[in-house]
Order: sequence, then C-alpha cells, then structure tokens
Amino acid sequence: MIADLLTSTEEDELSASLRGLLAARCPSTRVLAMYDGDSSLAGELWPALGIDMGLAGLLVPEQHGGAGASARDAAIVLEELGRSLAPVPFLTSSVMAVAALQAAQAADSLRQIAGGSLTCALAVPLGTCVTTFAPTATLDDDGLVHGRIGRVAGTEGSGLLLVPASDPSGGLVLALVDTAAAACEPLASLDMSRPLADLRFAGSPAIVVTQGDSAADAIRAALLLGAALLASEQVGIAQWCLDTTVGYLLERRQFGRLIGSYQAVKHRAADLFIEVETARAVARYAAAAWADGSEDRFVASAVAQAYCSDVAVHAAQECVQLHGGIGFTWEHPAHLYLKRAKADQVALGTPGDHRAILAGLIDLSM
Amino acid sequence: MRDPDDITKRLIEMLSRFLLEHDPALTDRVTFLRARFAAGLAEVHYPLGDGGLGLPRGYQTIVEGAFEQAGAPNNAPELNVIGLGMAAPTIIAYGTPEQRARFLPGLWTGEDIWCQLFSEPGAGSDLAGLSTRAVPEGDEWVVTGQKVWTSVAHVARWGILLARTDPDVPKHQGLSFFICDMTAPGVEVRPLRQLTGDSEFNEVFFTQARIPDSDRLGDVGSGWDVARATLMNERMAIGGNVPPRESGMVGAVARTWREHPERHRPDLHERLLRLWVDAEAARIASARLQQKLAAGQPGPEGSAGKLVFARLAQELSSLEVELLGDEGLLYDQWSPSGNDAFDFTGRGAAFRYLRARGNSIEGGTSEVLRNVVAERVLRLPPEDRPDTTVAWKDLPK
Repeated sequence: MIADLLTSTEEDELSASLRGLLAARCPSTRVLAMYDGDSSLAGELWPALGIDMGLAGLLVPEQHGGAGASARDAAIVLEELGRSLAPVPFLTSSVMAVAALQAAQAADSLRQIAGGSLTCALAVPLGTCVTTFAPTATLDDDGLVHGRIGRVAGTEGSGLLLVPASDPSGGLVLALVDTAAAACEPLASLDMSRPLADLRFAGSPAIVVTQGDSAADAIRAALLLGAALLASEQVGIAQWCLDTTVGYLLERRQFGRLIGSYQAVKHRAADLFIEVETARAVARYAAAAWADGSEDRFVASAVAQAYCSDVAVHAAQECVQLHGGIGFTWEHPAHLYLKRAKADQVALGTPGDHRAILAGLIDLSM
Repeated sequence: MRDPDDITKRLIEMLSRFLLEHDPALTDRVTFLRARFAAGLAEVHYPLGDGGLGLPRGYQTIVEGAFEQAGAPNNAPELNVIGLGMAAPTIIAYGTPEQRARFLPGLWTGEDIWCQLFSEPGAGSDLAGLSTRAVPEGDEWVVTGQKVWTSVAHVARWGILLARTDPDVPKHQGLSFFICDMTAPGVEVRPLRQLTGDSEFNEVFFTQARIPDSDRLGDVGSGWDVARATLMNERMAIGGNVPPRESGMVGAVARTWREHPERHRPDLHERLLRLWVDAEAARIASARLQQKLAAGQPGPEGSAGKLVFARLAQELSSLEVELLGDEGLLYDQWSPSGNDAFDFTGRGAAFRYLRARGNSIEGGTSEVLRNVVAERVLRLPPEDRPDTTVAWKDLPK
C-alpha cells in the first residue's frame, strides 16, 4: 500500500498562503541582489516566515513550544521555498538542526528555535552525505572547540552552531557554540541564495549536547531527514523552471510561429513535465515515509535524492536553453534557479552517493 | 438505490440468489456465463438490460469477489482484451438496442473474440488519413483495402472497423465505423511476422467484402468521433493496481544481477541503479496518478506513463543482454510461437530486448504521445496542419 501522495485541504492552504507571501516579499530581483552583496532580503524575510507564520518551530514538538507538524508539512513549505528561492534558514535550522537537537533531546535549544529568537546551523560542509561525514573540529579538555569547518550553509544571521567534534579520547561529540564565538568568513558561493561560510574555532566555549553513538545518530538523523526533504525544494525549483519555460514557449515567436508549436521544442517540454510530476510523487512519498516513521524511509530518501536532484538540474538547464539568449543574461532569473539546482544536487550527497546507499539497502551491491 | 450501503446489500443479495439458482459446480461454463450476463451481473457498470445494472464501476469488485469465492468460471478476459476493453464500451455508447442485444452477450462471455481494424500500412500515427474504402450498394457497404497490426484477427469472430465512406470531404469527416464479420467472404487474415520472429499480429485484406448497413455503429461520416471514444477507452483501461516494487522488467534484471556476481562491472552497476531508481520513481508516480483519478482529478497524463514504461522496458532489457554476456547472445526460438495472452517479460533476455523496441511504437508512438502531453496538458500550440481543411482525395499521398 502506498501512502497518500495527494495534498489535503489544509496542506493546500499552507502552500497557497506561503506562495502569496513569497510572491509579494521575495521577488527574484532581490535574490539577484544577493550576488552583488545586498543580502537585506534574508534579514527581512525570515521574521515573516519563521515567526509570523510559525515556520521556525514547525517540526519542533508542541511540548517544546513548536507546532509539532510532520515531515509532510515541511515538504509543502520547502516546495514553495524552492519555487521562490527564498533565502531563509528553514532547511538548515528548522529541519536539519531541529532533527539533530531532537535526537539529542536538547529541549532548551529546541524551544529557542521554535520561539524564533535565533536559528541554528549544523556545522558540516554543504556537500556532506550521511556516508561521507567526518568531523574536522576538536573539543579540548576544557570544553573549548578548535579547528576549521569549511563551506557551511545557514550560518549567516544564526545564533547557534551545532558543531560535531572529536573529543580528546577520539570520541564524537555534538556541541553548541554561540555563532559570535566563532570566526565566520562568508564565501563567494555558486548559489548566493544559500551562501556558504568558513568557520574557524580558536578555543570557542561549547556546551556538549550529546556524545558517542547518540551524537552520530543525531547527525545521521539531520542529514537523512534533510536529504528526504531537500527533494521537495528541488521539486519547487523544477516546477518554477517548467512553468516559466512553458510560459515563454507560448509568447516567443520565431519564423512566424510560436516556438512552442515546434515539436523539437515541445517534446522537451513534455519530457520535462513528466520528470517534474514524477519527482513530485517521489518527494511526497519520501516525506510521507518520514512522517509515518515507515521502515521504507531510508529507501525512499535515497530514491528521492537520486531522482529529484537530477530533475531540478535538468529543468534549470532546459529553462536556460529553451529561453535562448535571454536565458543566458544576468537580468533573467533562470540562472538563479540553475545555481540553486546545481548546489542542491551536491548539498546532501550527490545522486551517485545516494545510489550507492540504495544499492546496499536493496541488495544490489557491486 | 442511491445509498451506497443499500446498493452493496442488495448486490450481495442478488449474487447469493444467482449462485443458489446457478450452482457453478453443476452448470456448464458457457451456460453459467450467459446466465450471469442475463442477470445483469456481467459488468455492473454496463446498462440495465445489457449485462449490467448501471452502477458505478467500483461495485464490480464485490461481484468478482463473490464469483471467485464460489469457484465460478470467469470469462477469461485476458483472451478478449480488445473486445472487452474497446469494442464493448463503444457498442454501449453508440450501438442501437438491437446491436447491443446482438453483440454484447457473446462478446462478454468470450464466445466471440473481437479484433480492432484501425491501423493501415499508410495510416499509423495519422489514423484519420486511412484509405480503406466502404462504398454503399443497396443496404450494404462494399469494403476494399488493407489493415495491419491486428492482434487476434486469426481467431476473431468480429472486428471493429474504421473505413472511408466519403473521400470528397476533409479526412476526419469522411470516416464511418462498422462492425465487421471476420468470416465474411472477401475478408482474409494473414499473420504478420515481426522482428522477434513471432507473429503476434496480422494483416487483414478486404476485397469487395460486404457489410450490412445495420452493422454500422454511429452515423455515416461520424466514424472519427466513434473511434476517438474507442481509443479513449484504451487509455482508461491501462492502470489498475500499483505493482509491487521491483516487478516486471526491472525485477528480471535485478534477479539476473544477483544471480551472476561474476558478471558485475562498474558501468553495468551504475546503469542498473539508475534504472532501478527510474522504475521505482515511475511506480510511485503511477500510484499518485491513480490516487488523483480516484479523487476525481482525471487528466490526459496517462500518456506520460506509457512513454516512461516504453523507455524503461527498452533500457532495462538492453542492459540485461549486456549483463548476461555470452549467455545473452542466445535466442530461445526464431520460429513463430502462439500469440495468445502475450507476456512482455516472458522468454529470454534477447527476446525481451527485441520485443521492447515495439513498446515505443505500438498504441501511439512516443513521438505522438509527447505531442499529446505537450498539447493537451501543457497547452502548447499544435504544428501547422495543412491536412485538416482539404478534401481527403486531394491530399498528397
């Protein structure tokens, strides 16, 4: 039996209100400005989404001040955030950091995040897959963190860093560090709508929230749930690219005809439509599997990342190509989606990483 | 009979009464099936008096369940796919009361196998351009021409035939739809051998074959509308249950991988995993499509599923031949085998590889299906069509 892959009335209302807000408050020109050094959009948008709409603590249990919503709701949110490329720390803080903190039973931090007073970033490089994770920071005997963690997303404007580190005996710990106690160096990133930073710790005070196997489980929970739900963001990106491309095919004329009437063009649009619809089903299935705590959630996540990552990239590439010259300009927003789609393809493990995970799960190893 | 619980209750009463009066263990198979049709328990969504009760299709599962539990014989629907899936709904929609009474009982019980006489050597994707002529003579039509890709024609008693009755009007307006007696003089069926060596299909030649006007379905000149309804039923018939993970072609390749560790190579592994993911994604997408249909959100997206199925079948079977190496180079048999109840995943890998090439041609080529998705779903404009306003006889051929 396959879980319900359609949306409920409540879920439709959530996406409609979010879409309306983002259409008004997150125009692509403001996202574009982030590439030229103006990140003011990020600071304006998050209070409206995180606090006013309550998305900061969407997945935080009610007993810790959150909405206690399920992965299905988070998937709905991410699809809309992907569609508008909203530069907000929902995936990094409200999904991934919350998943790790919940696994570590760090009630106080969950309450802070749910209240919207601060966001938290899991301090691992973007591009970390659950199978490739290795800590690079260390924790000394005095409880201070040292070392460098490169290319971390979601640090800008955050209050807390959730840092995986090796303790003096070589064991894994997960420790909270005040972002102000680390040196954060912003990086010119392929995707400036989710900018990266290098983090340097030179004896930063830290509070250990969990250690050993439990710390490894918490990181694993964050990376796996993140991967499962990133697929919905990728669907949102792909849907924008498809809608925008089809819109253009219906207005652009060459050789006296709408270019959408040429089979060489319309067949590519048809293939893209099929890919996007399939990706949506796969992403919803992965979200439902996590919401239901289904045993199939690991296979579902690997399939979702292996499939949806490539669909988002393909959709963005087709969007650029089928727009022709205008699609290659700085002015047209297609490139913003191309950059996010490509960064997302690597963000939590490449499609190849996820196929390798899948091979082990379905008894099809080399 | 509006309340669903009431309908279910009365249906169950009807079924028990019927089974009391017709003990499956003591009744001859055909007699039993004829009685079932007469009682309106053939297909509950057929009209009252035509083998059904005019109920929503969903109630049929209750009927099938009751008959299966009673050990009753069924009408072997797999042997009359075109009859049940395409001819019957068309006869119900367009047939006169006389036509419905004459053709439906034998069709449903499986006593009469039906075939479909649509495609021609000169009219594949462009079906409306077909040139088989039906010329009126008294109260008969005289038919001359050639049809192709006609499965089960060699065992069929009846066929549904699309023929040109007026060449002087644009092509869509000059067609009429007939029920054709496959045993009539002037109707000749010849097996058509395919590149697999098999002959699943036939060619049908018409030489002055005579069809009574009373066997015409729908008005003269409205054959295209009738045929479109038939083809719509073909698309609706696809679907049903969501298959389990790793069923069909992907299951065959996965088993081969597990059984042949000595043949494992990195490139084959990469392709296998990609296709496994694509097959699983397609399976979940078809589940979502069926949930949409069940929720009353139908759409022409069914064409998309067929496109994906064809590509996966081709790539998976191609991979399997390579995976098997020298063993994949063997072919089970080149001599034509029977063509009843065909199974795409049966036989050897090399056969599957060859047969799958047809998946993107039969029942609408992948190119035409992409047009359907682009024009009906995405609402992109059609290509310029010089052929829709000119009289058929004046089109370049």
